[in-house]
Amino acid sequence: MTTTTATQTILNVSGLNVYYGESHILRNVDLHIPAGEMVCLIGRNGVGKTTFLKTIIGLLNQRSGSIEYDGTMLQDQAPYQRARHGIGYVSQGRDIIPRITVRENLLLGMESLPGGIAKNRHIDPIVFELFPILEQFLNRRGGDLSGGQQQQLAIARALLGKPKLLLLDEPTEGIQPSIILDIENAVQRIIKETGISVLLVEQHLQFVKQSSFYYAMQRGGIVSSGPTSSLSDSVIEEFLTV
Amino acid sequence: MELVFSQLLDGVSIGSVLLLAATGLAIVFGLMGVINLAHGELMMVGAYVTYVVQNLFKPLGEGLFQLYYPVALVAAFFVTAVVGVFLEKTLIRKLYGRPLETLLATWGVSLILIQFVRSVSTPMVLGIGVTVILGILVNRYLPKKIKSRPFAPYLAGLIWTASALLGIVTISAITGIGNRALNKPWFGPRNIDVTAPKWLQGSWGSIAGIELPGIRIFIIILSALLLLGVAWFLTKSVWGLRIRAVTQNRQMSNCLGIPTDSVDSITFGVGSGLAGVAGAAITLLGSVGPNLGAAYIVSCFMVIVLGGVGNLVGTVIASMMLGIIQSIIGSGSLLIAFPDMPKVAAAVVEFFATTSMSYVLIFIFIIGFLQFKPTGMFPQKGRSVEA
Repeated sequence: MTTTTATQTILNVSGLNVYYGESHILRNVDLHIPAGEMVCLIGRNGVGKTTFLKTIIGLLNQRSGSIEYDGTMLQDQAPYQRARHGIGYVSQGRDIIPRITVRENLLLGMESLPGGIAKNRHIDPIVFELFPILEQFLNRRGGDLSGGQQQQLAIARALLGKPKLLLLDEPTEGIQPSIILDIENAVQRIIKETGISVLLVEQHLQFVKQSSFYYAMQRGGIVSSGPTSSLSDSVIEEFLTV
Repeated sequence: MELVFSQLLDGVSIGSVLLLAATGLAIVFGLMGVINLAHGELMMVGAYVTYVVQNLFKPLGEGLFQLYYPVALVAAFFVTAVVGVFLEKTLIRKLYGRPLETLLATWGVSLILIQFVRSVSTPMVLGIGVTVILGILVNRYLPKKIKSRPFAPYLAGLIWTASALLGIVTISAITGIGNRALNKPWFGPRNIDVTAPKWLQGSWGSIAGIELPGIRIFIIILSALLLLGVAWFLTKSVWGLRIRAVTQNRQMSNCLGIPTDSVDSITFGVGSGLAGVAGAAITLLGSVGPNLGAAYIVSCFMVIVLGGVGNLVGTVIASMMLGIIQSIIGSGSLLIAFPDMPKVAAAVVEFFATTSMSYVLIFIFIIGFLQFKPTGMFPQKGRSVEA
């Protein structure tokens, strides 16, 4: 890694405070993602990890603090505008559009490209290389796939938008081990080949260890951070439900 | 037998009118889940647009007048679509996910539309123009400093109220001049009549001794074409895919880069436009008035519920069924066609042989049907439903 890429950050979050009604969820969160790196956000259930991702994509609004993405401030932008700036989002519930086909779901991934689905009709075959099952099921309805297949579809859909920053919310939750491996390999390969940055929320230790930096969250605040290689067993035990 | 066939044709054409009216509602209610009680009044707007276009074509001479109807259909679609988009942007948008409030608000809109058509006159239009222009201009050119203050929304409300007052003053000032022709309402509360162009009147030939009345056949063809158009738009076009995505998962669609606000407006606009076309078609069947909507709105919802919410095939079958029941039972033609039927059966048929009693029969049928299939004829199937 050269020094210039090390100093470039794709996402700069500082002093972020988010509320659900009157309950204070995120407290003064600072987080930085270097360009081309995978950063992992860990923490036990209910500490605010998903809320954090939702705030970055714009489904929730912060009460104070700033989100700087690729040199622009993201305040007051709707999720679809953020998607068009190159933020891809794979949500925890996977959120496959249920009553349209797998092909149509994949097409919708390209809506964030310039011109949207009106101009982009060709599905990049790389996603079928990563997840062969999708090619086989192209004409099935998204809602009829199993959980693991839906997860693969959700990641493939996000990748087709050629994001600069990919937000992954617990991509291995409730998924059979063989598919977890596929997903991990796919994400690794994408980072290597395209140089995108990834913010990963994860409980699966194997996957966490593939990231270069970690942030640990507790009761809505960041309590520990650093290179993943420095993650000690005690920290892991404290923040991961292994 | 001939009689039954011609009644069947009649039923199909009644069903086609229902289908025309219900297609728009299938989009607005079936896809978006908006209970739009003003749907019938949007049909009424379409009917009045047809009337206006007809009157605009009248001075152009007999030859060109024959062409007014296609123009009126297109105009009815676009005018009602614009009304629908305006409604969505100003009112419905604030009420997504709140069916009760939507119900009340759209009912209010329907009352406003009815009264508007009854009493619209030149001074009134001028007054509304004054209000809108003042309201928009003043709010736009307000200094930025004031706009960012917390009391800005209240100020905007005050400005609109003031402009509305000025508008009312304008109306009474112009009315006060006392020019009879100027003050006369454009349409008034009475029914209006639309003359069908010559090529629609009369018979379009006959099959096996049954006359094919032009207007009925035209409506059947029109509703079939529109339904095909809607099916194509929803399943094949780019906006159709966006609409289906947004109606099934709004948040994720937004995160994928779909401008959900524009999709909502376009969906509602298309649904409203179709109501307008239905209204334009209804003008062919007889004179229409400001209360046109009330006659159709219940039947429309009935068709949607019976057919299965969000399903176009179900909408077709349900509307045809209702149309045929209404025409065959309601006219009592079964009695004439089968004079030898047993006395008990004849008594039953006679009992239901009026238009209002055939409605009773339809309601009994629907209530019974929904006991066995509560989600309609073609409910959604598969894993996605349980999720």
